[in-house]
Amino acid sequence: MNLEDMAKRPTEWLRGNGHMSDVVISSRVRLARNLAGMPFLSRCSDEQKNDIQQRLRDCIIQSDVADDTHYLDIANCSEIDRSLLVERHLISRQHARGAHPRGVAFSPSETLAIMVNEEDHLRLQVLRSGLAVEQAVEETIRADNTLEEKLNFAFHRKYGYLTACPTNVGTGLRISVMLHLPALKMTGEIEKVFRAAHDMRLAIRGLYGEGTEATGDFFQISNQTTLGKAEDQIVQEFCVDTLPHIIDYERRARDVLLTKRPIAIDDRVQRSLAVLKAAMLISSDETMYLLSLIRMGVTMGRCDELDIATVNELLLMTQPAHLQKMLGRELEPLDRAEARATYIRQRIEAASK
Amino acid sequence: MNFKCDKCGKPATIHLTEIVDGDKIEKHFCQNCASTDGITIQSEVPIGQLLEDFVLQSGVAEPTSELQCDVCGMTFSDFREDGLLGCPNDYDVFEDGLASVIERAQEGATQHIGKVPYRADEAQKRQAAILRLRAELKGAVAAEDYEHAAAIRDQIKEIENS
Repeated sequence: MNLEDMAKRPTEWLRGNGHMSDVVISSRVRLARNLAGMPFLSRCSDEQKNDIQQRLRDCIIQSDVADDTHYLDIANCSEIDRSLLVERHLISRQHARGAHPRGVAFSPSETLAIMVNEEDHLRLQVLRSGLAVEQAVEETIRADNTLEEKLNFAFHRKYGYLTACPTNVGTGLRISVMLHLPALKMTGEIEKVFRAAHDMRLAIRGLYGEGTEATGDFFQISNQTTLGKAEDQIVQEFCVDTLPHIIDYERRARDVLLTKRPIAIDDRVQRSLAVLKAAMLISSDETMYLLSLIRMGVTMGRCDELDIATVNELLLMTQPAHLQKMLGRELEPLDRAEARATYIRQRIEAASK
Repeated sequence: MNFKCDKCGKPATIHLTEIVDGDKIEKHFCQNCASTDGITIQSEVPIGQLLEDFVLQSGVAEPTSELQCDVCGMTFSDFREDGLLGCPNDYDVFEDGLASVIERAQEGATQHIGKVPYRADEAQKRQAAILRLRAELKGAVAAEDYEHAAAIRDQIKEIENS
């Protein structure tokens, strides 16, 4: 796998043609697992971490967990490559930092990714475009079963699969969906969603997980409870009892905005497009903010110049590591702002032909 | 109406109505007494907060914090510092201390009922299946789906007798 090539194309989960893609960008499912008979990472020597990495890498590559699984040793990756993997959601920010032996395995489509030696020995994730939690859970569990044919994971009669942090025990299952909620933000009702999510024991985070700001009205919502419920019950509560209400709430907010003053929506969408078409220098935050408005316009049928896939692609390709990889050199922030603006202008021009 | 907490006499904010043997009993608690009694569970409490609360509970903290795992060498105070455990054995060594942390982080749950390892032995798999069915049974009874509940009960019996 060549990371230069990777940086030039959008990733599967950003295709933008999944179920409910007007509101749901992607669905992600992850399982946390640790090898039995080994200390958790905080108590591992570097030698033990190396052993774990080697064992897991061999096992993943030899197994049928995915065709052509590619393994990357993160400690040997450049900083830009690490950021590229973070931007593509293949590894966490935490995994990108530090110097200890660790890695990531992923399938060519990038829908399956397995982090080795992150907070737990193994973090298995499946990413899908749009709303596809059930399928993603199925795929994750299938991969887990495949690995279990060769590996013994730490398991406790009472607490289930054991994890380094006791809040992940049990199933070790975390479902996260990335939602685009611009209308709720505009109408100020987003706070209600936050409160309701809080009451339903869901966590809300920004685009890149823990501790990140939600920029451009993109939010990640995930379950907190991992113990005392079977996997299918966690899925049911998340996908049937909770998520449809939030999606519906956002859609209704969009309808209200359109009914009340369509000109106000058109104004914001067209202004955003005009700025992106004209800007000579643009920051990553401003890009995200404007693309969010345009994405909303596209889904509301108020902008036919671009489609969702192109907007999603722009969201990814305009991020720092992708820009630098695309141009093949390191860039200072100001040069990045110029490169970003140039790329956006060209991409929009090509798309509107 | 201004109720006072049944336990400490402070203004009550949590009001419960319980039906015991057909009699309606009203109970009133302040936030503090309610959470100490486990009536309310604070949602999404960060792990640091959970640990802090746990430490503040009198009596329990001191003996627990000195416990040490003989496999990985971790003490309960080490765990309190960064919220991460050292090895699977810690779950047994620190069980007394961890139980309440886990319970509060997991909506009061204390028992895994999901997937078990592919290579778990038969007894373990049977145990897991029964636990899972029991949880399902509880749900069916709560939903007043007695037909389904009866079917689940039969399934449990069948596994227990096999």
